[in-house]
Amino acid sequence: MTAHDRPLSPHLQIYRWHLLMTMSILHRASGVFLALGTVVLVAWLLALAAGPESYARMNAVIGSAPGLVFLFGWSAALFYHLCNGIRHLFWDAGQGYELPAAYASGYGVLVATVILTLAAWGGACLILGGV
Amino acid sequence: MMDMRKPLARVRGLGAAGEGVGHWWAQRVTAVALVPLSLWFVISVVMLAGADYATMHAWVAQPWVSVLLILFIIATLHHAQLGMQVVIEDYVSTPLLRMASILLVKAVAVVLVVAAVLAVLQVALGG
Repeated sequence: MTAHDRPLSPHLQIYRWHLLMTMSILHRASGVFLALGTVVLVAWLLALAAGPESYARMNAVIGSAPGLVFLFGWSAALFYHLCNGIRHLFWDAGQGYELPAAYASGYGVLVATVILTLAAWGGACLILGGV
Repeated sequence: MMDMRKPLARVRGLGAAGEGVGHWWAQRVTAVALVPLSLWFVISVVMLAGADYATMHAWVAQPWVSVLLILFIIATLHHAQLGMQVVIEDYVSTPLLRMASILLVKAVAVVLVVAAVLAVLQVALGG
C-alpha cells in the first residue's frame, strides 16, 4: 500500500475554527457518553429489581459527589444530543442548510440545552426540598 | 453516464454495503421514537427525585410505566449501538479490530437490553 504517496484532503487544523464543526463533534461525543451511561441506567434497574439493599447501595453510588457530577454531565449530554438530534432530523428533511439558519438553530440548541439542564436540576432540587 | 449496475441491483437499491439505507433509516426511526420517550423518562425521574425504594418500585410496576421503560431501553440501546458502529467505522481502520469492536459493542448492547427488560419485568410482575 502506498497510501502516503496519494494527495490527502485538508485535515482539521487547516480550517478556521467555527461553531458548527464544534457542535458536530459534540453531537458525536455526547452520543458516545450517553451510550456509556446506559450501563449505569441498566445497573440501576437491576439494583431496583434485586431489592431494597442493592437499591440503597446503587443510590449511594449515584448520590455521591462523583456520581452526581456524572449524572449532571449525563443529563446535559442527553439534552444536547436530543436538541441537536432534532436539528439533524430537520437537516435530513433538507431544511435549514443555509448558513444563517444553521447558526440560528445551533445557538438555539445551545440555549435550549442550558435551559433544559437547569430546569431538570432545579425541578429535582425543588422536589427534594418538598415543594 | 453509463450505469454499470444490473437492473436487479438498481431495483433492490442495496448499494455497495449490501444493506441500502437500512442502518441510516433505523437510526432516524429510533431517534424520532426517543424524542418523546427520553423526555418522558427525564421528567419522570425529576418528579421522583429523592423517592425511596418502595415508591420507585411501585412506579416501575405500573403497567404503562413498565411498557414505556422497556420501549425506552430498547430504542436507546438500538440507537446507541447503531451510532457506536458508525463511530468505530470512522476511527478504527484495521479491518479485524474494526469488526471485533463492532461485534463487541453489539454484544454488550444485547446483554444490556435483555438484562434491563428482565429487571423491569421482574419489578412489574412482582418476582
